[in-house]
Amino acid sequence: MGILETRSLTKDYLVGSVRKRSRPALSDLNLQVEEGEIFGLIGPNGAGKTTTLKLLMGLINPTRGEATILGRPIDDIEMKRQVGYLPEHPYFYDYLTGRELLTYFAQLFGLNRFERRERVEELLDKVGIGEVADVQLRKYSKGMTQRLGIAQALVNSPKLVFFDEPMSGLDPIGRREMTHLVRELRDSGVTVFFSSHILSDVEQLCDRVGILNQGRLVELGALARILEVSVREVEVVAENVSEELEAKICVKSSAFRRTGERCEIVFADTYTFDATLPLFVERGARLVSVHRVRRTLEDYFVREIAAAVEP
Amino acid sequence: MREIGYVALNTYRETVRDKVLYNLVLFALLMISSSYVLGKISVYQEAKITKDLGLASISVFGMVIAIFIGISLVSKEIEKRTLDSVLPKPLSRVQFLLGKYFGLLQTLLVNVVVMTVGLNLLLIIMGESFEPALLKAIYLIYLKLAVLVGVAIFFSTFTSSILASLFTGFIYVAGYFSADLKNFENVVDSTFLSQVTRALYYMLPNFKNFDVKAAAVAGDPIAFSQIGWVTLYALFYITLLLTVSALIFQRRDLK
Repeated sequence: MGILETRSLTKDYLVGSVRKRSRPALSDLNLQVEEGEIFGLIGPNGAGKTTTLKLLMGLINPTRGEATILGRPIDDIEMKRQVGYLPEHPYFYDYLTGRELLTYFAQLFGLNRFERRERVEELLDKVGIGEVADVQLRKYSKGMTQRLGIAQALVNSPKLVFFDEPMSGLDPIGRREMTHLVRELRDSGVTVFFSSHILSDVEQLCDRVGILNQGRLVELGALARILEVSVREVEVVAENVSEELEAKICVKSSAFRRTGERCEIVFADTYTFDATLPLFVERGARLVSVHRVRRTLEDYFVREIAAAVEP
Repeated sequence: MREIGYVALNTYRETVRDKVLYNLVLFALLMISSSYVLGKISVYQEAKITKDLGLASISVFGMVIAIFIGISLVSKEIEKRTLDSVLPKPLSRVQFLLGKYFGLLQTLLVNVVVMTVGLNLLLIIMGESFEPALLKAIYLIYLKLAVLVGVAIFFSTFTSSILASLFTGFIYVAGYFSADLKNFENVVDSTFLSQVTRALYYMLPNFKNFDVKAAAVAGDPIAFSQIGWVTLYALFYITLLLTVSALIFQRRDLK
């Protein structure tokens, strides 16, 4: 059993002021997140990432389907004691200070006075806002608010933490620190679930990802598998390629370019290259380099999502 | 139960530091002070005018403050998305709502106490004593404001902050004309209209029940039994409003 499971989780919104009609925001989400992993939920704007997180946090009610976190239903108060959440674009009370806000949330988690003081100081230091801890939050910059948001998500030392767009509002240093923090959390046994549209972050951090598009989960699995299966091409540089061989290769390759002695050949996938390889050997050609192009998640994302959007 | 206390404490902290609130209280104190000048031009009536205007200022500014802080209960929290980080914590929506309500009552109490101290000081300067009857009147004003915050919380659970404040203001005014609503059915021919006005009469709190200003200023006795009944009346409305608000808020999607 996963630390988080959803079964046919669905959310429809009623839209339109006069004639109400139902607009699906999330459809039949079936997901399982394993303990100790970093799971990334990605997708374009409006794909349903924040809706998923809001459903899991009990901020909105599902139209149908169900979900469990740590084996308990999502409205279970005891389960919430072990879960942390950073909302997208967090906003807090204007007239409280950073320290007061963290203390308030620590109180809600039932930490005693000594634990509270220790945990709050530790977190203020960890996210780098110790110097502004006693400043009212209306004076915080976007980056400071984001850092405070991260701190409040960790105030209870959660077993599972949800970050909605955690890198948003952070400068490059802040993003690097956040990356370290997520890895540190994973190393200490915390399961991290985060949504992001910054794909390089997802690529760097996640063990597994789920890709949402138009409210539907279109891919789920290890990042390496998704990238491997979906898109890969092979770039080959060869010498001593005869015209007869060139003619045969051209039929199978997606691009062929001769530059002096050398030929640059692109095969659409590894299977085509593997099938063509004996020809090179038989006809006396020499392979200078073979480069299996590993597409980035961004390439995949643009290609797959764009394909799904186009009629 | 402790969770309600924590929410209340932090709601109090948040609202009592709001600069708009300071301005409102300052303005109320100015109004109370101005009654001194008006008292001077009314021969032999100085103290009466001061008490009259002082109580009226506490009532009117208390109403403005109650609506102002009342709408921050839910609708403002949804609009600003502060709820997104609070509700995933281990507390129920009902605990949150009650905590907010008690926190606002605390803020309201501090404001009413400040205005009362202002009125008291003015009376001492004028060489008058602060009679217990005035305290009874102020207590009932506070109860009325507690009901009004309940009305604000009710509207906050399903509409925007602007509409919630408008509706709460409307209920406040309509609550003062509650008796007229009852008489209305005698002067209209339409059965439908008379049924509507009768329903409104029974539904709306009658804010005149809380108004003993005239008796307090004139020095007429205000029986403790009357205060007891009005307290029960207020508690009934507060319980009703909070229960309905909790039911609505429980189901609300915080998009």
